[in-house]
Order: sequence, then C-alpha cells, then structure tokens
Amino acid sequence: MMYLAIVFLPLLAAAVAGLLPRLTGHLGAQIITTGILAVSAVLSLYAFYDVAYLGHEKTVEIARWFSIGAFEANWSLRIDTLTAVMLVVVTFVSCLVHIYSWGYMAEDPHKSRFFAYLSLFTFAMLMLVTADNFMQIFFGWEGVGLSSYLLIGFWYKKSTANAAAIKAFITNRVGDFGFALGIMAVFVIFGSLSFDTVFAEVDGKSGQMFQFLGMQIAAIELVAFLLFIGAMGKSAQFFLHVWLPDAMEGPTPVSALIHAATMVTAGVFLVVRCGPIFDAAPFTSGFITIIGATTAFFAATIGLVQNDIKRVVAYSTCSQLGYMFFAAGLGMYNAAMFHLFTHAFFKALLFLGAGSVIVGMHHEQDMRKMGGLWKKMPLTWAFMLIGTLALTGFGIPGTYFGLSGFFSKDVIIEGAYMAGDAGRNFGYLAFWVGVIAALMTSFYSWRVIFMTFHGKPRGDEHTFAHAKESPLSMMVPLTLLAAGALFAGVLFKSDFVGSNSSEFWRGSTVAETHESALKDDHAVAKSSNDHEPKPSDHEKKQKSGGEHHVPTWVLWSPFVAMALGFVFSWWLYIRRAGLADKWAEQSKFLHPFLYNKWYFDELYDVLFVNNVKRFGDWFWKLGDQRIIDGFGPNGFAAVTAAMARKATRLQTGFVYHYAFLMLIGLVAFVSWVVLRGVGGQ
Amino acid sequence: MADFGSNMAALLPEIILVISGLVLLLVGAFAGKKAVPAINLTIVGILLLVAVLVLLRIPDAALSLFDGALRLDALAVFGKFAALLASALGLWLAYGYLKTDKRLTTEFGVLILFAALGMMIMVSATDLLALYVGIEMQSLALYVLAASNRDSLRSSESGLKYFVLGALSSGLLLYGASLIYGFSGSLRFEGIAAAIANDASVGLVVGIVFLLSGLAFKISAAPFHMWTPDVYEGAPTPVTAFFSVAPKIAAVILIARILFDPFLQMLADWQQVVIAISVLSMVVGYLGAIMQRNIKRMMAYSSIANMGYALIAIASGTAGGLSGLLIYMVLYAITTLGIFACILAMRRAEGMVEQMDDLAGLSRSQPALAIGLTILLFSVAGIPPIAGFFGKYFIFLAAMQANLLWLAIFGAVASVIGAFVYIRVVKIIWFDEPPQQDFVPVSRVQAILVASSATLMLPAAIWFLPALYEWSEIVALSLFAGG
Repeated sequence: MMYLAIVFLPLLAAAVAGLLPRLTGHLGAQIITTGILAVSAVLSLYAFYDVAYLGHEKTVEIARWFSIGAFEANWSLRIDTLTAVMLVVVTFVSCLVHIYSWGYMAEDPHKSRFFAYLSLFTFAMLMLVTADNFMQIFFGWEGVGLSSYLLIGFWYKKSTANAAAIKAFITNRVGDFGFALGIMAVFVIFGSLSFDTVFAEVDGKSGQMFQFLGMQIAAIELVAFLLFIGAMGKSAQFFLHVWLPDAMEGPTPVSALIHAATMVTAGVFLVVRCGPIFDAAPFTSGFITIIGATTAFFAATIGLVQNDIKRVVAYSTCSQLGYMFFAAGLGMYNAAMFHLFTHAFFKALLFLGAGSVIVGMHHEQDMRKMGGLWKKMPLTWAFMLIGTLALTGFGIPGTYFGLSGFFSKDVIIEGAYMAGDAGRNFGYLAFWVGVIAALMTSFYSWRVIFMTFHGKPRGDEHTFAHAKESPLSMMVPLTLLAAGALFAGVLFKSDFVGSNSSEFWRGSTVAETHESALKDDHAVAKSSNDHEPKPSDHEKKQKSGGEHHVPTWVLWSPFVAMALGFVFSWWLYIRRAGLADKWAEQSKFLHPFLYNKWYFDELYDVLFVNNVKRFGDWFWKLGDQRIIDGFGPNGFAAVTAAMARKATRLQTGFVYHYAFLMLIGLVAFVSWVVLRGVGGQ
Repeated sequence: MADFGSNMAALLPEIILVISGLVLLLVGAFAGKKAVPAINLTIVGILLLVAVLVLLRIPDAALSLFDGALRLDALAVFGKFAALLASALGLWLAYGYLKTDKRLTTEFGVLILFAALGMMIMVSATDLLALYVGIEMQSLALYVLAASNRDSLRSSESGLKYFVLGALSSGLLLYGASLIYGFSGSLRFEGIAAAIANDASVGLVVGIVFLLSGLAFKISAAPFHMWTPDVYEGAPTPVTAFFSVAPKIAAVILIARILFDPFLQMLADWQQVVIAISVLSMVVGYLGAIMQRNIKRMMAYSSIANMGYALIAIASGTAGGLSGLLIYMVLYAITTLGIFACILAMRRAEGMVEQMDDLAGLSRSQPALAIGLTILLFSVAGIPPIAGFFGKYFIFLAAMQANLLWLAIFGAVASVIGAFVYIRVVKIIWFDEPPQQDFVPVSRVQAILVASSATLMLPAAIWFLPALYEWSEIVALSLFAGG
C-alpha cells in the first residue's frame, strides 16, 4: 500500500494539476503537487530504511497488464534495495525541485502545467525504477522520455526550446529502438519478460547462439548490447549525447531533476538492474567500459571551454555518467550506483545553484558576463562551492574526511585500476581516463566558480547592481541538497560499496569478485592508516584471495588530479585573468574543436539530419503528395467530382430523355437475364 | 377461405379510410374555406386512428382475403402502420406550412388520405392485379399532389413529368405482370409460386425484370430515377417530404413481398438485376448529390442512394435481409421526416429558401435546430453511434451472410462519398459565415418533429433500436415461415 502510494500519488498530483487547472488555480496546483511529492519522499525514506536495513523486500502485484500467449506482463512493483535507493533519490530530488520551482517559476504564467509535468515525470521515473519486468520498465522509460520532451519544450514559444525538445526526443528514439529490440530479444531467447525468470536463466543460456541474417551472435551478448543502446540514449553516452546539452533550454529545475539527478541515470539503473545479463556478456561489458570512458573524457574536454553556466554543468553530468558506465562495464555495479546516488545530490545542487545565479542575474547564463558575484549572493556561492568540492571529489584519501563525490568517484577510479590489475578488459584505460577526466572536472568546475563569483564584474553594471540572493523557497532545497552533497558519501559508503554492502544490497545487484577484492583492499588501506587491528585485515585479505593491493599512488592520483585542476584553474582565471581568453583566441584548432563540441552536431547534420530531411522532403512531395494524395484522397475526389458532373449532365430536364434512359436500362437488364438464361441452358 | 363478411371485417381500416375520405371531400366542397384547416387536421387524426386500429387488429395467423388477392400478415401490418404514420406526420408537417402560405385545400389532405389507402393495399397485395390497383391508387394521388401548387410553373411541370413517366412505368409493370401471367397462368402469388416450382422459364424472368423496372421507378432507383430530382425540387416542399417517406416504405415492402414470396425460388435469376439497380442507385445517388446546391435536390439524390441500400437488403434474399430492410426503412423514414422538417424551417421573412448556403451560420442563429439537423445528417451519413449507422450495419450484415461481401464493401465505400454530401451541410451549418437575415422561428410541428426524430436517432433512445429490431425479426420470420 505504501509503495502504491509512493508511485501513484505523483500521478494523481499530475492529473489534478494538469487536468483541472481551473479548479485548483496556480497556487492550488503548486500546493497539491509539492505536498504530494513531500509525502511520497517521506514514505520513500521509510521504505529505504525498511528494505535496505530491515530487509523487507517484496513485490507488489497490482494488475495484469496483458497476456498474449506466453507474452505477458504485469503491473507490479519490485521493491528491493536497488529500487529503494532510486526511490529515495527520485522522490527526494523531485520534492526539492518542486519546492525550488516555487521561487524559480514564480513569474511564469503556466505554473500549473509546469508542476503537472514535473509530477508526471516523477511518476514515470518511479514506474521505471519499481518495474519488475521489461515491459513495465519500458513503460516508465517512455514515460520519462515524454515528460522530458514536454519539460524541455515547456517554453514552447521559444524556438530553440522546441528544437531542443525534438532533438532530445528523436535522439532518445534511437536508443529506445535499441531498447525495444533488446526487450524483444529477451522475449525470444528467454520466453519471458519477468526479471526474476530472465535473470535466473541467464547462466543456462550463456552458450546459446542467435541467428540473424546468417550471422551467429551470442544470445546474451546481443541482448546486453541492445539494452545498452537504450541506456546510451537515455543517459546521453557518447554518440547519443547530443541532446543533453541542448536540453538545457528547458527551465533550470528541470535540468536539475531530469537531466542531472534522475532520468539520465536511468541508463545506469538499467545496466545495474540487468547486471546478471551484462555480467554474462564480457564483450558488451568491454564496450560499455569504452563508451563510458570515452564519454567521461570527451564531455570533460568540452566542459573546459563552454561559457554557458548550465552547459558546463550539463557536460559535467555527461562526463560523470561516463564514470558510472565504465564502473558498470567493469562489473562494479555497486560503485556505479553509489556514484549515481551521490551525484544526484551534488549535481542537483550545482544545477539549482546555477539556477539561483541565473535568476539573480535576470536570466543571464553567459559566465563571461558574470564575475564578483560572491558578495551579492553569498549563500549561493557557498552552496556552489560545496557542490564543486563534492563534484571534484575533495577529500583526504584513506580517511573519512571527504565530500560525497570523493568517496564515490575514488572508489570507481581505484576499482578501475584493480580491474585492470585483475586483467579485466580496458581496466587500466578506464583508470587513466578517470584520472585525467578528474583533472579536467576539477579545472572546469573551479572555472565556473571563479568566472561566476570571483574577479571583477564583467557584465552589465545595471544587472550586477540589481543582482540579489534568491528567495527562501530556492534556498531551502539548496540547503538540503548541500547536506546530501556533504554527507551522503561518508554516511553510506560502507553500505553501498564497503564492508556492509552484501547485507545492504541483498542480491539486488551483482557484486563481482574483484569488486569485493577492491572493497577489502580499500578497507585495508584505510585500516592501515587508521591503525586498526591487523587480524581483521588478514581475514579480509584471505577472503578476497589477498593477491591485490591498491598502490598508494593510485589512491592519491585522483586527489592530485583534483588539486592540479584547481591550481591550474586558479592560475588561469584569478592569477592571470585574461590569459585564458588570449589563449583561446590564438588557438586555431583545439579551442574551436572543443568549443564546438567536437563538431558532433555538424557531423550529425551532415550525416543524418540533412539526409533525413531530404529523404522526408522527397517522401512528402513525391510519395505523399503525388502518389498517395494524388491517387488516394485527391485523385479519388477528383474522379468522383468528374463522375458527379457527368451524372448530373444526364439530368437534362427533358421527359423524353428520362423515358429513353429508363427504357435503355430495361433493355439492358432484359438482355442480360435472357442472355444469361440462354447461356445457362 | 373466409366469407365476404369476415373479408370486409379484416379490411375495416381501409374501409374507414375510404368512407372518411369521400365524406370529407363532400364536406370540404360545401363547407367552404373556413373548414379547410379543420378537415386537414381531422384527416391527420383519422390516419393516426387507423394506424392504431391496424396495430390493434393484428391477426393471430396470416389471413388470406378475397380469394388470395390480399393478405393480412405481420409484414402487411408493419407496412400499413409505417405508411399511415408517415402519411399522418407528412400531412401534419404540410398543414402548418400550407396554412402559412394560405394554400391549404381540402383536396390536399384527402389526396394524402387516398395515397395512404393505396399504400395499405400495396403492402398487403398478394395478387398482381391488387398490386397494380394499389400502386395506381397511390400514384394518381401523388401526381396531383406534385402539381398541387397550381400557381407555380415548376410544380405543374414536375407533376406532369411525374405523371408521364409514371404512366410509362405503369406500362412496364403491367407488361411484366402480363408476361408473368402468360408464363405461369396465374395472377395470384400462390399460383405463380406453384408454376415456378414446376418450370421457371426465361419468359418469367423477363416478366420479373419488367415488373422490377416498374417498381424501381416507384422507389426512384437508378436507372429509373430520373424524375426524382426534378419532381422533388418542383413539388411543394411538404409534398416532397411526403414523397420521400411514405410511398417509399410501401413500395419497398411491396418489392420485398413479391420477390421473397412467389419469386424467392428464382433468387439466382433476379438477384443480379437487383444488385445492378442497387449499385447504380448508390453511385448515381451520391455522385449526383455531390453536385447539388439545392437542398431539396440533394435530398432527392440522397433518397435514390438510400434506396440502393434498401435494395442490398432485398438482394440478400434472406430473413435477415428483410429484417434489416425494415429497420433501415424505418430509420430512413424518421431521419428524412426530421430533415424535411428542418428544410421547411428554412423560411425567411420574404419566403422559403432552398439553397444549402442559406443554412450558413444556423448554429448561431438557431442552435437547437442546428443540433437537431446535425444529428439527423450524421445519422443518414451512417456515423456511429447514431442510429443510422445500425440501419446500414444490419443491411451489410445480411449481405455478408448471403455471400455478397463485395456488395457490402461497395455499400460501405459509397457511404464514404455519401458522408461527404451530408457532412458538407454540417460544415455549412457550423462553420460558414451567417447571412444577413435569420430564418423566422420554427413552428411547433417542426420543432416537435425535429426534436423527436433527432432524439430517436441518439443512443440515448436505448429502447428504440432493440424494439425495432425485435419487431422486424418477427415480421421477417412470419413471411419466411409462411412463404
């Protein structure tokens, strides 16, 4: 019952706010949606405690969706720790974003629609994370896609917002097509769509081959690969990332909720949820590692030079998603989930902080026109600072001191090294990419802080003079998120990836052998620093085989990368302010290349968009207008009209014509029956 | 074989009509102008009364009267009731209209009364001569009615046209009857059926074709439809309304009876001809309707097309077909009466208007009328869930059960063209800019007729269709069990 309430209350809120705006009014819609989300969030927290710590997992059957032969799907909620974590993230961030929107959207004339969309999105996302079969997850998957489209294009009078919404939707279509094919493949191979059934049979099917166009493909690899295509689209991974930065055209709360904390992590969630499948598909896992690492690196490079404050954060999101994916590709599903969890807090914090800056600057997003704002907006500055520290992974290795990003990111980077050490494909590559990306992350994050809050004001004096701290409704969510960004890492580390993880997850994720090794080694490194008793150290070592140990330089490498990024950024934007611009001007290749996002949009325009447009144009003009309309409706209508004119011409008004026609008809009928009669005899 | 007395007793409704018709004619001649409205209203009353009487005197089993010349069975009762009711409503509608125009005469009502009498004979005839007498009785009254507006050149022209062509069709019919008599040696349906059972010669088939041609003229089926648009347009509008309902019901039932009773054994021979007429009617009707701007001409073509659908049901040659036919005809009659009531409401201060474009903006000037007319037009276009759809549905169902799938498909395709015709009017009503002048307010009769017919078409009238269906089933089974 409680789970039903968590999932379906937001739908109710969306329906009330969206369908009865006259009845509720704007304020009513805001109160209803926000209130319901708050209830949902509180219930989720309890559910998290109940499931993850008391172990009350369960599956709630709601209804039969459809049943066609063996093809059946139910509406049911699968509540395990993995789901509970997602429930907390989704409802908590969503609730805060609802509150934040009170302030951010205060002047918008269509508030009730906005809040309805937000709640609808939350419902779809909850459906996604509570799904217990592939059909239901697909339902949620498409639902978030739809509400993302609606929210990106919320300001539908802005043509860029519409274009961005369409771009997001179409790019996601590509991924969704892969996902749909993956689901079909699952059904073909396993004969069922239920997670339990499918995961239980993965081992038995590992050798099975799948015939396609005369090719032999390993069945599990195929399924995993197709599912990952879906995850790539939703999580904006390399090749299908193009929509995410453009999606920043939507209102900032939307960016925080959908394009940072929840929807884009659906891909990661899918990979983790389907861990048993991916675990049995080494080739695809390698592919995931490569794509994740590439995204982490590539998005970070673009983030270095962007000037739009939201775009920097967006590319940062893209890059962090890359971290999660390569962690998952290397089998560190728990670490991926941990990073997802902490990332939700600090990235939402950064987005909402950026939103606060944008509101303070009267909807100015260009950082070149900011600067020196920290005096004007001290609270926002502080929150952004916390977010940045969390994102860059600030903390002292080997201690419990650190912000949330420190724990989760370092676990991933170290885990990557360990995986490489264990001979896993692309492990070392992922490690190095992780370190370099961390350096760049630190650089661009501090760049945002320096350009926005420090130095001299570079923008319009008038705007600067009127810049002021945002209202309370925007500050409260920031405070809560800041608390999450500060403490989520240290509080939950042992549960997510530490010694306590097997009791925490209870089999809802796949914990791989070398990951447990990593866990222990990390614990070793820590315990040695903390001078903990040796025996436990020994035990753990024995349990994990005891052959791997993370070298100290590996432990410290992310920290060094982070520090270097900070120093470099400080030097470039504070110490020698103006140098960066000079470099950018002088650069002939690198800066334009990065500034134009590796020319992906241009490439896609040339490769796909233009061709598709031309193709569509051709189909429209020739196929539809000339052939279908020409021979279909229009042709039919023209022929009908012509025949009608002829039929009317017979109507001369002369009696003898009429009589003549009657007799002709009679003669024709008589001849017909007589001839037929004769022929018959 | 009943004696003379019981024969006359069974014909009591008809006898009442004859006597009251003659008496009222005399009264009208002597009472002068003042009594005219009262006489017409009396005729409406008598028609309704007789309709009730017909219903009250349903015989337990089919009665054969006058040595097999007439037959009083469920089909006859159904036909008589429908024809009488339609005639009464038609006259009631005309009454208000003619009174406003000061053209009401005693003869108008009496002619309708005699036409109704003719129809009663038509629907119960089981003898070629009785059939002919019924048809002629009805037709002669209709010819005069068409020309009843003596001051109008077009009315006179249409009456004359109708008469000349009607005479031709009567000739065809009589020739067919004589051929049938020649090859079967009997005028009675029973005798003919017996002769067919012995030997179905080509001569009989030719006779049927002639007979069908003559009857097709009466229901204005193509290619014997040519008179329809001219007469519909030329005749006074209430006459047109009457033409398009009551005589059609009677003639369709007559065709059904003659084809299903003695000639059912020759289904294979006449089916093709009926199908041909049906297809031609649908095509000609809807194609012709597309080009019309005059709403009365449009309704003329519409009725041609509707007869095409009725003929689909007849072509099926099954009990299901007959029951579908009856449902269809009743729905058609109700809808058509309602639409004509709307057309009669198209009156401006200076007089009647008949162009479709005159309806522009009706939704704003007279929303209630606009809604009613829209429902009726959707019904006749066959758009679910309005009743007209079910009329077509049962006909197509019957055709499919008789292995005439292609004919059903053809009918469905044709109805798409038809939908254009009707929905165009709906578009004019709701979306076109209104003219300067509004119509004068509708009369009470029109309002009642439009409202009740439109209401019956709506799914809200939930009892109506099932009741109709049940009745038509009983009627159909009675004929097929008896025949």
